Amino acid sequence: MTFQAFVFYAFAAILLFAAIRVITARNPVHAVLFLVLAFGTAAVMWLLLEAEFLAIALVLVYVGAVMVLFLFVVMMLDINIDRLREGYWDYLVPGLVVAGIMVAEMTIVLAGRHAGLLAVAGPAPKPVGYSNTKELGRLIYTDYVYPFEIAAVILLVAIVAAIALTLRARKDTRYQKPADQIAVRREQRVRLVPMRPEKP
Amino acid sequence: MSTLQSITLPHYLVLGAILFAISVVGIFLNRKNVIILLMAIELNLLAVNMNFIAFSHYLQDVSGQLFVFFILTVAAAESAIGLAILVCLFRSMQTINVDDWDRLKG
Repeated sequence: MTFQAFVFYAFAAILLFAAIRVITARNPVHAVLFLVLAFGTAAVMWLLLEAEFLAIALVLVYVGAVMVLFLFVVMMLDINIDRLREGYWDYLVPGLVVAGIMVAEMTIVLAGRHAGLLAVAGPAPKPVGYSNTKELGRLIYTDYVYPFEIAAVILLVAIVAAIALTLRARKDTRYQKPADQIAVRREQRVRLVPMRPEKP
Repeated sequence: MSTLQSITLPHYLVLGAILFAISVVGIFLNRKNVIILLMAIELNLLAVNMNFIAFSHYLQDVSGQLFVFFILTVAAAESAIGLAILVCLFRSMQTINVDDWDRLKG
């Protein structure tokens, strides 16, 4: 067994274990942490596939940002786990049947002898100095520049939507009202008190 | 035993298929818990991305990795908005149990 094969099987096992724990963990915080483990392991698999930029991006964007967001939300919400776990295993059998059929179908199609995918040879080693990031950047700014900009707009819309959904005005916050400030009259601000002049 | 010796494209594809199936089972099991549902969707997308990158590597076409890039973008936006909606619903209903979200029931 080559070293690459060893890494593949070891990390595939960790990845599948983490995925199973994500969907079965009782505590949602544990589920989030196992999802972090799954993403980290997947990043290693992507490194094995020589997709260095995406592997790092997965760790930075997903583990660093999205999963932290998940953790925040999970810890912020007060969850009654017992009620959520009622009838948890009821749909295990149909789920396993569906999943088993899906895996069997895909295995027959993808890993079978007839699809010809087994015959696809691994690519030749890249030349020294080849940069995956450089190649991706070249493609992004030439062939895929419009999808790239659409992705940027999608992110902007997501930012605006997330803020607009969760922003709530506090009732006890005091605001300035410029219209009232401009329309104010002297009588509302200054009170003249008639006083008798005092003798020196 | 040659399948154990060298890692080929179907290895990654079958791994992606199993990952996808696990997340589908997760959607079946955690149908009341929206947070775990969102995480199962993330696992789904991870399986899809794994297939994209495997094909991109073995067929020597970098475009596959760009699609993963876009999927990551859209998935991040989706989870951010999903969690925002979840927080909103929790504020108004004080629960994340899907069974309790029946106010629109006719």
